[in-house]
Amino acid sequence: MSALTVNGLSKAFGGLHVTRGVNLDVQPGERRLIIGPNGAGKTTLFNLITGELTPDSGSVALFGRDITAVPSRRRPHMGMARTYQIITLFPHDTIVHNVSLALLGLLPLRWNPLIDMRRQSHIVESARKALERVGLAHIAERPLSQTSYGERRRVEIAMALAQNPKVLLLDEPFAGLSIDERRDVQQLLLAIPRDVTIVMIEHNMDVALEFAERITLLHFGEVIVEGNRAEVVADPRTREVYLGH
Amino acid sequence: MNPRAITLTVAAVLLLSVPYWVPGVYYVNVASQILFFAIFALGLNVLVGYGGLVSLGHAGLFGVAAYAAGYMLHLGYGHTLSIIVALVIGIVSMAMFAVLSLRSTGIGFIMITLALGQILWGLAYRWISVTGGDNGITLHGRPAPFGFELDTANSFYYMTLVIFVITIISVAIFVRSPLGAALMGTRDQPRRMNALGYHVWAIRFWACLFSGLLTAVSAILFVYYNQFISPQTLALTSSAEVLLMVISGGAGTLFGPIVGAALVVVVKNVVSGYIERWNMLLGAIFVAIVILMPEGLVPGSMRLWRLLWRRRAKAAAEGKP
Repeated sequence: MSALTVNGLSKAFGGLHVTRGVNLDVQPGERRLIIGPNGAGKTTLFNLITGELTPDSGSVALFGRDITAVPSRRRPHMGMARTYQIITLFPHDTIVHNVSLALLGLLPLRWNPLIDMRRQSHIVESARKALERVGLAHIAERPLSQTSYGERRRVEIAMALAQNPKVLLLDEPFAGLSIDERRDVQQLLLAIPRDVTIVMIEHNMDVALEFAERITLLHFGEVIVEGNRAEVVADPRTREVYLGH
Repeated sequence: MNPRAITLTVAAVLLLSVPYWVPGVYYVNVASQILFFAIFALGLNVLVGYGGLVSLGHAGLFGVAAYAAGYMLHLGYGHTLSIIVALVIGIVSMAMFAVLSLRSTGIGFIMITLALGQILWGLAYRWISVTGGDNGITLHGRPAPFGFELDTANSFYYMTLVIFVITIISVAIFVRSPLGAALMGTRDQPRRMNALGYHVWAIRFWACLFSGLLTAVSAILFVYYNQFISPQTLALTSSAEVLLMVISGGAGTLFGPIVGAALVVVVKNVVSGYIERWNMLLGAIFVAIVILMPEGLVPGSMRLWRLLWRRRAKAAAEGKP
C-alpha cells in the first residue's frame, strides 16, 4: 500500500490553474523530491495535501484511506506533519515551548484548562529529546526571538519530528541556510529512520538530489517528469524547464 | 522571600485593610468599583491579551447579564436564582456572540462585536417592557449570602474582594494551562496551530465562554453595587473604556487590566471631583502611556525598573573598581 496517494488533484484561483490533475504515488519509506521553477505550484500542492486548501477535484489518500474530506487539523493525528517554507513559529516563547506545543497538539490534554503546563514533565522531556535529534538541546530554554535563522529552521524540523509522523512534508528545509548549516540539516534528514516517508520541496539541487530517490518535476501545476534520480536529471524536459541549460 | 512573594503579600495586606486606611466610606466604594471593573477587564483580557481577539461589544454582554439579574430581581425572584439566571444568560449570549463573530479575526472581529454590542444597546433602549427603556431598572436591597449582610460599603467591599481573588486565581490557572498555551498559540500563529492538530475555532470559542463568565460575574456585582441599571451601561463608550483598561494596564498580562481598571475608575470618580474636564485628562494619560509605555503600564514599569536597576548596578560597579 502506498503511504501517500494523490489522484487527479486540481486547484484554480479564479482563472489561474495552479494545480492541474496532479498524480503522486509515494511508497512507505520513500524519499520523494518535488522540484519545479518558481510558481510551479509546489507549495500549493503541499497545502492541498495537508488540507489547508480544498481541492476543486481529485483526492488525497494516506495509507489507502481517502482523507480528502478530513479537516486539515485532523491530519496530524493521522500521521501527517509538515514544515513551512516561510518560518512559522511562536516568537514570544522558548524553543522548548515551541516543540512542546507540537507535542501537545496530538494529546487530549490540550483541552485541559486546569493543570500547569510547565509541570507536564513527559511533554517537556519529549520536547527535549526532539531537540536533541536536531542538535538544539543546549539552547532549549532560549527565547525563539534570540535564535538564528538556521536554528529556527531546525526548530521547524524538530516540531514536525516530535509528532512522530508517518508522512513528513518538508517545504524547502534548506532555504536561506549557509553551507555549514545546510550540511547539518542534511545530516539531520539522512538520520530520519525509514519508517518515516518524506516528501520534500527543494530548490537547492546539490543537497536535494543526493537525498532523493524519486523526483517529481512540476511545471505550471502539471507533473512533467517523474522517475528516479538519474532518469529525471537526464531527461531533456528537466533541463529545458528547470535547469535551463 | 522572593520579590514576587513580597509584592503579593504587600498587595494582599493593602487590599484587606482598605476600609481602615482610606479617608472615608466613599473611597471604600471606589475600591469596590475598581475590583469589579478589574474582573470585567480581566475577562476581556482573556480575549484581547491572550487570544488576540479585540472585542468592542463587551459592554453589551455586560449589560445583558446586568439586565438579566436586574429584571429577575425586579420580578421578585430570589437572589440565588437571579444570579444563576444572569450567569447562564450572560454565557449563552457570549456563545451566540462568539458563533457570529469568530467567523473572522482582526478588524472583522472588532466590527462584528461592535455591531452586536450596538444591537444590544438599542434593545436596552427600545424593549421598554423589560428594560424600562431610558428609566432603567431600580432595585431594592443586596443579597445576604450565608447571613452575611452586604448593605454596608465595607461588607460589599469584602465580598467583591473575595470574588476578585477567585477571578485572579482562575485566570492565572487558565493562562498556565495547556488550553491557555494553546490560546496564545492561536493568537501568534493560527495557521501553524491548525497544522499541529489544534481546533483553532474551538479553542477561541472556549476562551470566549470564559471571558463571558467573568463579564457576567462583574455585571452582577455592578448591578448589586449600583442597584440600578440603564442603557448607558451598554453604550459603545463603556466597551471602549474597558478595552482601554486592558490596553493601558498591559494586555496579555495578569495584573495589567487591574492597574488599568484602577486608573480609569480613579480618574472617573475621584479626579473628576476636582477637574471638570476629566475626560481630557484621561485622554492625556492614555496618550502618555502610548508614547512612553506602548506595551502598557505594568510591563512598561517593569521594563523601566529593570533599566534603572541595571544602570545603578553599573554605576556602583564603576564607582568601586
